[in-house]
Amino acid sequence: MTASTETGHPNVLAKAVREGVFAGVVAFLMFLLFVGIETYQDINNALVWRTRWGLLAIFVLVAAVSRFLSVGFIKPHIDRRKLAKAKSGVLEISEQKSFFHRHFLKIALVFLLVYPFLSLLIVGKQGSLKYVDNFGIQILIYVMLAWGLNIVVGLAGLLDLGYVAFYAVGAYSYALLSSYFGFSFWLLLPMSGILAALWGIILGFPVLRLRGDYLAIVTLAFGEIIRLVLINWTDVTKGTFGISGIAKASFFGIWSFDAGTTNNFVKAWGLSASSVYYKVFLFYVILALCMLTAYVTIRLRRMPIGRAWEALREDEIACRSLGINTVTTKLTAFATGAMFGGFAGSFFATRQGFVSPESFVFLESAVILAIVVLGGMGSLTGIAIAAVVMVGGTEVLREMSFLKVVFGPDFTPELYRMLLFGLAMIIVMLFKPRGFVGSREPTAFLKERRAVSGSFTKEGHG
Amino acid sequence: MEYFIQQLINGLTLGSIYGLVAIGYTMVYGIIGMINFAHGDIFMLGGFAALIVFLILTSFFAGIPVALLLLLMLVVGMLMTGLWNWTIERVAYRPLRGSFRLAPLITAIGMSIVLSNFIQVTQGPRNKPIPPLVTDVFQIGGITISLKQILIVIITAVLLFAFWYIVNKTPLGRAQRATEQDRKMAALLGVDVDRTISITFIMGAALAAVAGAMYLMYYGVASFNDGFIPGVKAFTAAVLGGIGSLPGAVLGGLLIGLIESLWSAYFSIAYKDVATFAILAFVLIFKPTGILGRPEVEKV
Repeated sequence: MTASTETGHPNVLAKAVREGVFAGVVAFLMFLLFVGIETYQDINNALVWRTRWGLLAIFVLVAAVSRFLSVGFIKPHIDRRKLAKAKSGVLEISEQKSFFHRHFLKIALVFLLVYPFLSLLIVGKQGSLKYVDNFGIQILIYVMLAWGLNIVVGLAGLLDLGYVAFYAVGAYSYALLSSYFGFSFWLLLPMSGILAALWGIILGFPVLRLRGDYLAIVTLAFGEIIRLVLINWTDVTKGTFGISGIAKASFFGIWSFDAGTTNNFVKAWGLSASSVYYKVFLFYVILALCMLTAYVTIRLRRMPIGRAWEALREDEIACRSLGINTVTTKLTAFATGAMFGGFAGSFFATRQGFVSPESFVFLESAVILAIVVLGGMGSLTGIAIAAVVMVGGTEVLREMSFLKVVFGPDFTPELYRMLLFGLAMIIVMLFKPRGFVGSREPTAFLKERRAVSGSFTKEGHG
Repeated sequence: MEYFIQQLINGLTLGSIYGLVAIGYTMVYGIIGMINFAHGDIFMLGGFAALIVFLILTSFFAGIPVALLLLLMLVVGMLMTGLWNWTIERVAYRPLRGSFRLAPLITAIGMSIVLSNFIQVTQGPRNKPIPPLVTDVFQIGGITISLKQILIVIITAVLLFAFWYIVNKTPLGRAQRATEQDRKMAALLGVDVDRTISITFIMGAALAAVAGAMYLMYYGVASFNDGFIPGVKAFTAAVLGGIGSLPGAVLGGLLIGLIESLWSAYFSIAYKDVATFAILAFVLIFKPTGILGRPEVEKV
């Protein structure tokens, strides 16, 4: 048996060839209609078709070759490594950690604090707009959303597919209250959080009895209902047109970032006019909000309510038997998670200056949930890494104009963003079903804190 | 009254389509306990397969009889999506069987994103209109019934009977029911569990393809993002009827179709999707087992 697992052995190679050919045939049949044939509208707007055999051949070849490689070489290699590991008796989680690993959090925080200045130094003001806004702020918004959702999914184990609803509540609270009543960002930021938390309780209350997949579907329904109401309640929300011209956040009321005002930030400091200062300011605001989320999460986990969340996630019946009030436990989880969603929402509204229901589709919920799960549910670091990889990765794709040279001028990398995002979700799940951070450190422990593999815990952090 | 009956007929047609998609959800949920989130997109793929077959056939054989054309659209669509769903199960769900509960749901959501974006990339983001296939219309009193509505209801009824027969009377169906009840025990008794699950996915996909082709025939347009909303509605139908129950799925589908068309007719068309989602929430909250479902026993 051991001989046949080695690469190069005729059995394995023959099997690999067989599987490769089979995969090629399957891929040919699968893609024959969808890739081999292109449908498009001609000048008369009638639907016509043409063939694309070249592209089809590429798809088939890729499928066949990758199956061949995975059966013939990659799988035997992984098996051998597993065997070697098992023989040597080294545990998956070793005590040895590199310097970078041990001080990862400090390094990351310092990097984030100097990030806007680094980018200003390296690429200048105009270039920084992209790096601070598209990468920095965008990723941090998702980090915050994912950390907020993490409280609901990762800690309390309540699968929420409609998280984007609270994000929408936060964004619309800020957009509506600021444009109708002219309240400032710093007043409305906590208010949107409170409103979102309220909605968390309102939507959480009816679903208290539900668990697992059913809960997921009901929350999805709630998320969609809120979005559909936003679209159809045109008197207040202006429907699909959205609300534009949302007020910018001010520097705590001291300086304004609106051009032409007397206390303009740029004028007050004698700087040359550029929107990059506002972006840098926003970057620090969202960074602070993220840190707040992380701090609250870490503190809550050490409080009775956090312990109750984690207990609830592991076993609801045991929880009830031990006298934990599952109603308040679930509602606080929903409310806390929703509150951070609301904060992120109002920040999103002030950053964009425009909100429309388009930003709050189910796909956003799926993306946020994917980040939480891919990061390894419950692990704040893992989630942050997942957000950087997934959101940053898709943003990077936008920048890849050199691909146009390879694939021709019609190639638009943006189109492939979500396709690749979905593929990444699947691939990461297949290879690391426990997410990027696979080990867990328990909050409650006897004598000494020991990391365990994620496989030993039910849903998330243990 | 005539208006009401008219809406009833429209609702039944729509409900048949939802019911066919719902069967796929309910079968997969019954057998492996996972919400196959990508099922709505399989339905969309079925519609696209039918669309492409339609284009090819009409360009080669201009005078092809409509019945043959429809049959070929359905058959090719069923084979196509069956193959797709088989591959998807094999690649994205099977390796995660036995992993923690959320993992297959995440890959299913990922697969749903991949499928709709795959079609968007390969076939373009614009709506694809086709000329009407079946145009005959009957007038009975003040009520208009089109032939395509009759076709949809008949095809649904025939398929439902065929699938009910397969699940209840054949060895394959017995294997499916055994796997549904206890996967380990079924395996011990000689049921090829992997094969049974694969076949379940293929069957669900074939029904979704039929629904997709009929959706295309009914509305005359296909789009890459047609999968999500009908998918959620079909899932609602499956839940409403009682998840895991085949007749329940169709019953739920019909109810959802009726509610949707009556709601649009008498209240507001803008909020018709809100009505569906609200029903979904209400059913799950107050009667999670649905109309025909079995109650789930909570075990420690």
